[in-house]
Amino acid sequence: MYRYDEFDAQIVKERAAQFRGQVERRLSGDITEDQFKPLRLMNGVYLQLHAYMLRIAIPYGQLDSRKMRKLAHIARTYDKSYGHWTTRQNIQFNWVGLKDIPDVLDELAEVEMHAIQTSGNCIRNVTSDQFAGAAADEIEDPRPWCEIIRQWSTFHPEFSFLPRKFKFAVTGADTDRAAVRVHDIGLHMRRNDAGETGFEVIVGGGQGRTPHVGVTINPFVEKAKLLDYLEAIMRVYNRFGRRDNKYKARIKILVNETGAEEFTRLVEEEFAAQQSAEKITLPQAEVDRIEAYFEPPAFEDLPEVSDSFVKASADDEGFAHWAKTNVRAHKQPGYGMVTISCKPIGKPPGDVSDTQMEIAADLAEQYSFDDIRITHEQNMVLPHVKLDDLYAVYQALSKAGLATANYELISDIICCPGLDYCNLANARSIPVAQDLQNKFADIERQEDIGELKIKISGCINACGHHHVGHIGILGVDRKGEEFYQITFGGRSDELASIGQIAGPGLKQEDVPDALERVIEAYRDLRSKPSERFIDVLDRLGHEPFKEALYAGN
Amino acid sequence: MPVIKNGEIVDTPQGEIHTLGSFLETAPNDIEDARAVRLMPDDDPNALEPFLGEIEIIEISFPRYTDGRGYSQAQLLRRRLGYTGELRAVGDVLRDQLLFMVRSGFDAFEIEKPDAAERFAAAVKEMSVFYQPAADGEIGIFARRHA
Ligand code: SF4
Repeated sequence: MYRYDEFDAQIVKERAAQFRGQVERRLSGDITEDQFKPLRLMNGVYLQLHAYMLRIAIPYGQLDSRKMRKLAHIARTYDKSYGHWTTRQNIQFNWVGLKDIPDVLDELAEVEMHAIQTSGNCIRNVTSDQFAGAAADEIEDPRPWCEIIRQWSTFHPEFSFLPRKFKFAVTGADTDRAAVRVHDIGLHMRRNDAGETGFEVIVGGGQGRTPHVGVTINPFVEKAKLLDYLEAIMRVYNRFGRRDNKYKARIKILVNETGAEEFTRLVEEEFAAQQSAEKITLPQAEVDRIEAYFEPPAFEDLPEVSDSFVKASADDEGFAHWAKTNVRAHKQPGYGMVTISCKPIGKPPGDVSDTQMEIAADLAEQYSFDDIRITHEQNMVLPHVKLDDLYAVYQALSKAGLATANYELISDIICCPGLDYCNLANARSIPVAQDLQNKFADIERQEDIGELKIKISGCINACGHHHVGHIGILGVDRKGEEFYQITFGGRSDELASIGQIAGPGLKQEDVPDALERVIEAYRDLRSKPSERFIDVLDRLGHEPFKEALYAGN
Repeated sequence: MPVIKNGEIVDTPQGEIHTLGSFLETAPNDIEDARAVRLMPDDDPNALEPFLGEIEIIEISFPRYTDGRGYSQAQLLRRRLGYTGELRAVGDVLRDQLLFMVRSGFDAFEIEKPDAAERFAAAVKEMSVFYQPAADGEIGIFARRHA
């Protein structure tokens, strides 16, 4: 993984000192909460219902054991011994005292971490494929470019006061696990006819109250021109994006109101007008330097099949279920990519305790080349585990309550904090997730249902990505009562689309039974067990599922 | 209102400051009368191009600190159009934005506080290295690593 040099370290250290000064000015009353707001927002500090919340950046979701142990230490020392993985592959602490935050930032700087640009109207933490560098379907590892974008966007003098927050996602694989089509800018690595790799540039995707799938404004931008091209897009957005209405300020609205063609023309014109003085010098030696940090680890030559794995699967049914669901094929024979589910039945999705973080850190160090990832679906990943070691990993995870076998199954729910924590919420979301997990707790039933992505948001801001859930659930408030609106058919992969509202909202207590009817309808309608819910929706349309949803009324 | 230029409080001559519209009407006939102009966030700085050699002061207005269009206007004036006169930030100019402004090419700032000079001096020292090249002429880290 990337290691800081003296420049990176200097920036993070200076930022921590700067924020310490800002907090001191706030605590001494030199500045008001209003004046403090833009400063803390540049640094991931939010005022929530109960306390300040601190969001720490995990660039493209990658950690090592040292960083993970530091997060565990912060959870234990400054919070209530747990943290929460976010849908931007970051971590949030909900109970940190404002006066402690400067110390937390100093501690983070020791392990090359920070909270820079995890909030505010600037370029946020870049997200990526959690299986980067391990997946078999990868054209090239996207992480070096994520790191280059991270550096370029850090304290960018021109793009720190944008009309609205700005999110990048980058993938290097055919299958899009990074949801690049529903980001402000998505970069999908492609190979051109000459065999060179570059980026398809997708702009204007996003969720929130007006969801859009992004449009491709350039099918192939070569790597050497990427940063200049991104500057051109950012400048067009900074100058022409709407600032009169917060809900119309994202780039998706600009792209939509301008028209994709005209927007593309503006970007191309801006790009062409960049003089030599404005170009970003990114020497090839620098690209090489950063790429070197992401060289594949020293894999062993192993057979495709592991005898010990086969034996353990036969002996231990729980392990067999877990391996089938949570372990995916690795590009290197004899290895697997392990998803550590942070969605145990009946617990808030994405919450992990300090001890669980430490166990994950130990396992990463011992079994996965000291590499661990946080996913935008709020799980953890050990990307490079030998099949021979899977059983040992499973046993350790089991003891720690981390071996829930539900990756991509119905109980692997994305869920925002909702009314339990968030002061923008209309409705609770965590209890809805818990009810559903309890309803479908049976593992064999879940396996039978197969891949099904449920995503829940507590308000139209859509932090829980409900627009792109195969089944989306949105909490709405109607005359002081909480209702839940169901959408069908959303997806965030390479076939991204926005889910469609099924009909009137449901009461919380009716949601589990209504969805059970939908699932049963799906099981009746599928042509074979491998035909997923989303495939049946595609084939038959939404009608049968709407009928099932409201059949209880 | 005190103006900080190159780190010090300076007196500024009180000539007329044109809006972009009045500037574009005046300048072609009477450039002597059009040495200073104020850009609002939605003004296009490219419109000033024919006159940049004659202009002494361009003010860029920040009606609210959250409106970042002025940073792009400044970068365009300095880097693309090669403007070398005074570039002054006016309006909602806060201490913690000064560094971004300096980097974007501003060299003068209207700051309301009595201790403006000290605030300025402290604010621009807070960061010493930068990833991106910008209008302040700093060499970005990407290039510095291989210098
Ligand atoms: S979707 Fe709404 S309720 Fe949920 S975290 Fe976001 S703002 Fe809060």
